[in-house]
Amino acid sequence: MNRMQQNVDSTQAIAESDAIAVERTLAGDRDAYRVLVERHSHNVFRLAYRMTGNRHDAEEVVQEAFLRGYQKLGQFAARSNFGTWVYRIAANYAIDRMRQRQKEDARREAPRAQDQDGMEDDPLSRVKDEAPTPERLTQSIELRKQMDQALAALSEAERTAFVMRHWEGCGIEEIAAVLKSSSNATKNTVFRAVHKLRLALQPFVETRAQARAMGTES
Amino acid sequence: MKHMTEEELIAYREGVAEQRLAISEHLAACKECRVELERIEAVLAALDTLPMPDPGADYGRQVWKEIALRLAEKPGRWWQAWLEPRRLAAAGAVVALIVSSFVAGRVTNRGNPGDNAASKEQVRERILVVAVGEHLGHSERMLVELSNAAPNGPKQKEVNISAEQRRAEDLLQENRLYRQTALQEGDAGLASVLDELERVLLDVAHSPDQVTPAQLEAIQKKIEARGILFKVRVVNKELQQRQEASEPAPSQNDTKTGERNKV
Repeated sequence: MNRMQQNVDSTQAIAESDAIAVERTLAGDRDAYRVLVERHSHNVFRLAYRMTGNRHDAEEVVQEAFLRGYQKLGQFAARSNFGTWVYRIAANYAIDRMRQRQKEDARREAPRAQDQDGMEDDPLSRVKDEAPTPERLTQSIELRKQMDQALAALSEAERTAFVMRHWEGCGIEEIAAVLKSSSNATKNTVFRAVHKLRLALQPFVETRAQARAMGTES
Repeated sequence: MKHMTEEELIAYREGVAEQRLAISEHLAACKECRVELERIEAVLAALDTLPMPDPGADYGRQVWKEIALRLAEKPGRWWQAWLEPRRLAAAGAVVALIVSSFVAGRVTNRGNPGDNAASKEQVRERILVVAVGEHLGHSERMLVELSNAAPNGPKQKEVNISAEQRRAEDLLQENRLYRQTALQEGDAGLASVLDELERVLLDVAHSPDQVTPAQLEAIQKKIEARGILFKVRVVNKELQQRQEASEPAPSQNDTKTGERNKV
């Protein structure tokens, strides 16, 4: 039996086992839900972390997704698999959390901007900038910073579409259901996300590639 | 030759292009489009290098531990989740808030009708301020106790922090509720501090029951580094001031008190 066939069999076995666990949970066996939580937590965490960009929010999203999943389990139909279903709940909650976070960050940004204005004349800040650091480290750090910023600058829908499609490999229909949008609109959202990321990151990626070609970056 | 648009190339790269075969054929024949696609892929490949924290092999068990107590006996009925004791306590605080606001609003209705909306708002805020103030007080006490905890002697290999851990778990539920309420009320400053407090409470709640002196020191340093105790105290003080400022105005007969309050 080849590896692909093994994976398909294993996915089917998990889906069947999930369906049994859901049935048992609905019949009042709370420990059956534990099996589902322990089995799917890592996947949900990965999605939540990619969407929210930080561990604290990701952990909250995971817990909330499983709590909501339990509360709504009566509405869960055996037609879909539990993993996909709880994934969708997590994505929706992550969108809410991202909205809250943006409001909080917007409020924090104002005083921070004032602080930065004040630091322009600080000689120490200039010394820090001029301090010699290995070029490749600087470029890696800079690129990482730019990538975080570029992802943070996406709208919730764009980030959700990009994360679910690019990193999680979800189908367009599945993403459209989370975004409450049509398939075509969802495809456009994926495009817009990649386009924006490209605009923000391409100069840094190419600078690094040039440096690598010249031997200053490993 | 007509080149592929950026949209078509991105759709192709992300596997959502409708005319996949046609694009493939074009790419095989067109170097310019291949170079363009490589540039898109370079950006996406860079994004793929972003680190993903490993939540640990027993993460699923941790999640279960966190949520097990908050689950109702049977799933599917949303209201059952609210009958669980810890949620009841938190929900009780909110119900008390709403009822008190209503009752207080009725009482203040007897005054100038034009001020009704403002009075209700003030009363509502006052009650929220009191409830959150109490919560911050409890959180502060728990964090102070944890910050002062120490092994009884150099030979003690583990310190029991299970009491603080349980309190952190309880406070976590309340904190989440107050943070969400503060956000709904548009109090972003309070929500922000509650958010930071939540991270610390989460850390403590996730800690083992028994910690080594080194682990305890690490937790204490984390609390200190975040300056959360200071922030909690400052916000609590601000809340007290808001509470005092929103006290009902004295009656007109009490002119002396009225004058004193103006100062």
